[in-house]
Amino acid sequence: MPLAAPIIDEARRIRALFDATGAVGVSADVLQPAETLLDLYGEDIRARAYVTHDPLKGEMMLRPDFTVPVVQMHMESRAEPARYTYSGKVFRKQEEDPSRPNEYIQVGYEVFDGQAPVEADAEVFAKVSEALDGLHLRAATGDIGLLLAAVRGLNTLESRKAALLRHVWRPRRFRALLERFGGRSPVPPTRAALLAASDPLAAAGPEIGLRSMADVAARIAALKEDAAAPAISGEEIAHIDAILTLRNTAPNALGILRDIAVDLPAISDAVARMEERLEAMARLGVSVETLEFEGNYGRTSMEYYDGFVFGFYAAARPDLPAVATGGRYDALTRVLGQGRAVPAVGAVIRPDLVVQLRRQA
Amino acid sequence: MTIKLGVPSKGRLMDKTFEWFGARGLTLAKDGAEREYAGRVDGIEGLELVLLSAGEIPRELAAGRIHLGVTGSDLVNEKLSNISATVQELAPMGFGGADLIIAVPQCWVDVDTLDDLDAAAAAFRKAHGFRLRIATKYHRLVRDFLKANGVADYQLVDSQGATEGTVKNETAEAIADITSTGETLRANGLKILADGLVHASQATLYKSRVADWSGEDRATMAEIEARLKL
Repeated sequence: MPLAAPIIDEARRIRALFDATGAVGVSADVLQPAETLLDLYGEDIRARAYVTHDPLKGEMMLRPDFTVPVVQMHMESRAEPARYTYSGKVFRKQEEDPSRPNEYIQVGYEVFDGQAPVEADAEVFAKVSEALDGLHLRAATGDIGLLLAAVRGLNTLESRKAALLRHVWRPRRFRALLERFGGRSPVPPTRAALLAASDPLAAAGPEIGLRSMADVAARIAALKEDAAAPAISGEEIAHIDAILTLRNTAPNALGILRDIAVDLPAISDAVARMEERLEAMARLGVSVETLEFEGNYGRTSMEYYDGFVFGFYAAARPDLPAVATGGRYDALTRVLGQGRAVPAVGAVIRPDLVVQLRRQA
Repeated sequence: MTIKLGVPSKGRLMDKTFEWFGARGLTLAKDGAEREYAGRVDGIEGLELVLLSAGEIPRELAAGRIHLGVTGSDLVNEKLSNISATVQELAPMGFGGADLIIAVPQCWVDVDTLDDLDAAAAAFRKAHGFRLRIATKYHRLVRDFLKANGVADYQLVDSQGATEGTVKNETAEAIADITSTGETLRANGLKILADGLVHASQATLYKSRVADWSGEDRATMAEIEARLKL
């Protein structure tokens, strides 16, 4: 699809708003090394990003977003606090809906600030909200940090917490694990037989492949430890469910979360952060009284948001993707920074959708 | 105009397809010598036989260059996007059955389900520094299946043949491949996961939704549908 002039104009307008904050304008190569993206997102990214092959550099991907290259750039420069903005095309395969574009512009704003993370969350949300003013969009918000804190606070084996944390972004597998650790789903018969065997490795036969018998033995030991540990209590699972099914205005959600935190003190810090964030957002003119909050929001998007998450949607056009999305991705900076993390929050706006919605209005 | 019917150009799949149509009063036959790829249809006007490689039939259906096609449902599901908009499944034909399954080494006594595979993949990545490799040529089917089942920390490596040998050769830790009896898997020290059935494939008659269906062709198609009792 050729870039229509109104979309380019709209991208410039949004970009100027971000530039006005003093953000540094950055760009990124269209061709990104596939390995970094595959390591971060796993094989699923191949269903969304175009993969090509370079004779010298190997597998490359047409950039599916700017976040990864911007984070890499920041981790090298190490200047902080830092604000970045960019505007350019991203490329996404559309396997289901041929009407959705394969390439479109994203205008983005990313803030790296470890000193005042809550203010940074509020700033990014408010900037995006300002850029989309007049479009009458519905804003959805959530906070993955609450769920992460609740899981970390469970009174159970570290290995179980690690398994749950790994699948926070895969709701179905997360649920299955929770049911199993809670003793609510039956143990598969082969698992029971394995655990009952006096020498489970006896029937293993010849060892083939790189996964060694030591790897197998280690997993059996982990399974035995797991089988011996008490189930996660129904009460604790009910707390997790209460967070996941929460859907209310932000102030009401905050009240409910405070109540949950009485029984589940592990989420107290995350709840306090949410309260500070709402205060910071109110100071920037966001009407937090009517803001929607969903405990489950942001869990099926790309696997890097681990704190505040938000999206702006056209209420009258549920068929359209989000006009803007954003969130906090501290963990991503830890992975890309090889252990050195920088708190970071950012968002992208799609000017093509802004133009489309304005035309309709 | 004529309706073009794409049929696999050789082997058991071709013979079985000819038998299936023959039993329903439509005689398909290869023209001339054994090695020629021209065919004819007796018993109906306006239907033309096109002999093609089974692997090319999905693409030809999606491009609308053939109206009808016989091929494995695994190939259609692997090769076509947005399937419901491009082809319509008319009839499973009851032969050419094969299952696309996930198999792991028999020595992995701790792995019997996808849940186990996921846990093993997480531990493998931590221990070995790279994601557990699954060798296959069915990238899309396997990826969609593993995603739907919430398996992470794996990677697909392409294997266009002798896939069962990749584990022994240490180019993969597990495989996803087509099997009809499981004999080759066992001979190569592999076992099928209890819930590792990705797709149960069989020869299937498909109709292209994007081919040109003129008035005359529609009448012919109605006649074909009556004969085939679709």
